[in-house]
Amino acid sequence: MSDKLTLPKPQGPVDGARETLLSVEGLTKHFPIYGGFPIKRKVGAVQAVDGVDLSVGVGESVGLVGESGCGKSTTGRLITRLLEPTAGKITYAGQDITHASRRQLAPVRSEIQMIFQDPYSSLNPRQTVGTIIKSPMEVNGIKPAGGVEKRVRELLELVGLNPEHYNRFPHEFSGGQRQRIGVARALALNPKLIVADEPVSALDVSIQAQVVNLLQKVQEEMGIAFLFIAHDLAIVRHFSQRLAVMYLGKVVEVGDRDSIYNRPRHPYTHALLSAVPEVALDDATEDRERIRLSGDVPSPIHPPSGCRFRTRCWKAQDKCATEEPPLVQLSGNPAGHLTACHFPEEPTTEARAEDVVMDPALKALEDAPTMSPAKD
Amino acid sequence: MTTLTKTEGERAPSGSEAFLSVRDLRVRFSTEDGIVKAVDGLSFDVERGKTLGIVGESGSGKSVTNLTVLGLHNPKTATVEGEIVLDGKELVSATEKEMEKLRGNKVAMIFQDPLTALSPYYTVGRQIAEPFMKHTGASKREAKARAIEMLDKVGIPQPAMRFDDYPHQFSGGMRQRAMIAMALICNPDLLIADEPTTALDVTVQAQILDLLKDLQQEFGSAIVFITHDLGVISKMADDLLVMYSGRAVERGSVREVLRAPQHPYTWGLLSSMPRLGGDTAQALTPIPGSPPSLLNPPSGCPFHPRCGFTSEVGGNRCSTERPELPEGRSAACHLSGEQRSTFFIEQIKPRLG
Repeated sequence: MSDKLTLPKPQGPVDGARETLLSVEGLTKHFPIYGGFPIKRKVGAVQAVDGVDLSVGVGESVGLVGESGCGKSTTGRLITRLLEPTAGKITYAGQDITHASRRQLAPVRSEIQMIFQDPYSSLNPRQTVGTIIKSPMEVNGIKPAGGVEKRVRELLELVGLNPEHYNRFPHEFSGGQRQRIGVARALALNPKLIVADEPVSALDVSIQAQVVNLLQKVQEEMGIAFLFIAHDLAIVRHFSQRLAVMYLGKVVEVGDRDSIYNRPRHPYTHALLSAVPEVALDDATEDRERIRLSGDVPSPIHPPSGCRFRTRCWKAQDKCATEEPPLVQLSGNPAGHLTACHFPEEPTTEARAEDVVMDPALKALEDAPTMSPAKD
Repeated sequence: MTTLTKTEGERAPSGSEAFLSVRDLRVRFSTEDGIVKAVDGLSFDVERGKTLGIVGESGSGKSVTNLTVLGLHNPKTATVEGEIVLDGKELVSATEKEMEKLRGNKVAMIFQDPLTALSPYYTVGRQIAEPFMKHTGASKREAKARAIEMLDKVGIPQPAMRFDDYPHQFSGGMRQRAMIAMALICNPDLLIADEPTTALDVTVQAQILDLLKDLQQEFGSAIVFITHDLGVISKMADDLLVMYSGRAVERGSVREVLRAPQHPYTWGLLSSMPRLGGDTAQALTPIPGSPPSLLNPPSGCPFHPRCGFTSEVGGNRCSTERPELPEGRSAACHLSGEQRSTFFIEQIKPRLG
């Protein structure tokens, strides 16, 4: 299939003042932990998502990045209402769907679709490709002009698969092709919003670009809004106009692509960007700051008080432990670039005078590079 | 704890000689569907204190190669041909007993997924101390002291207390640190790291990579670093081997291969990856098609069905004749050296942004 994006944009998204399609306020999800004997009772909660504010405009692509366990997938599942939120509000096209019933949700469900991470477990191995793609239409009672089968063949062609493969089973396809089937299924209902949860991370490097280009083509040609959840910052940068950085269930920084990648303010965003291993094609790319955090993300069962990043932050002070920083626009930042930090960093990713190395083992090794390893 | 320096003296002078040398390695597995040629004529050298990076997609034979170096294949299903020479010793024909003496001692391995590589049944400390006791004949107490020292070195807080923890009590990054401690406890001369950071988050990955690099400087081990991530390899390796369909298609120093790649597959890998500084308005250029099946690899050059430059070679050489990979900085491709550099500068480089 041709992956060149030379097609004109007949119904592309209107730029400028974008209408809000989905907005989320204070979204919270706590998973209870039960323990005790003989009567099990709630002994704690995994605070997976804790007060997330986010909005997605019509036809806009928003990226959601963060490390594993930061709650980005849970956020995606809450938005598609596959999980019931503990608190907060989800508004879709002006309609509050936070606790909408099955019947109320029915018309919304067809407009919000999902693409899953693993193309091996998200397709039913006992159904043919045709059945997989047509079932959303059957469930929602949609009868496209010209028949369901014709529509399925159109969709297969749209995602770059051979329409002849209608009667094949998922195991006959490679990983990249399976992910295309997943995309075709998500497109079957003409959705307005697609939540893509790590859609390319299970694929080989040479295949990832094929799927990213396909999603981009779909987004631009059909004007579908995307919530693109991923941990690969380079792919998110390529795909999303705006993005939110999450850490331990909270959004720590949100802004447009340029603000986040070139003028980040939150220390965590700095650390995340500096940790991305980049191929050095010339000497200029090597001139980036180097920040090495210590340890792993803390447990969301007992998150740190105040600012959740303070336990790994090199700028943390007493204030960070007592007071939670609000997500606000810092002075000097453009509108829409919000940061939750008491002591923000300089808005640059240039190399610093001195590297930030928080990891104790690394520090010990680097402070004494000439030391002989001989001991007793 | 004198083991840290045990071979320091003899190591320094033998600098440029290959420590591990693999020649024309062929590994085949017979399966119900036919014979899988997982590795098909691979040669490479690793010098002491240097890092060789091996990149390739899944199924390119990079992991199989290194399991072969350690002799970890089942001899009933796998046929190994060729030559693996480690420090002057032939390994392909070595007995199981000889291999046992090497593993964990002279050669150690770090696996991709630390949770499955560690046994859930034993404490982390016991698993780290085991190879040390086996290979040096140290007592339990000595081994424990040594294991705690190693845990401290790889950055596990309160190592003496953590010694008695089980793997499930460690986080992902800590488990990988424990794996590194286990691999380095006997001060190996060769360390094979098979995608050691693929299962980790970027911030933890950055810590682990730096740690491995610093420890290598201190211990002077040679490292074979296997990954599919070109970014990781550009940070870690000195030399680079690009594998495709069980063969090496390009070899050279990391700088040479990543800044002036010569093989169309390497071009494809580089231009299909988005970069943090790249132009977002430009679409990515993926490699068309999918990786070939090893049961039935394409004739001639294994990359020819996905290659956009076959017409430049002329005739059907690409589909009939398998290009050789000469020694040194080279690429296994029928394009002439001149053509390669023109195509890279004119067509590929502008896309990389």
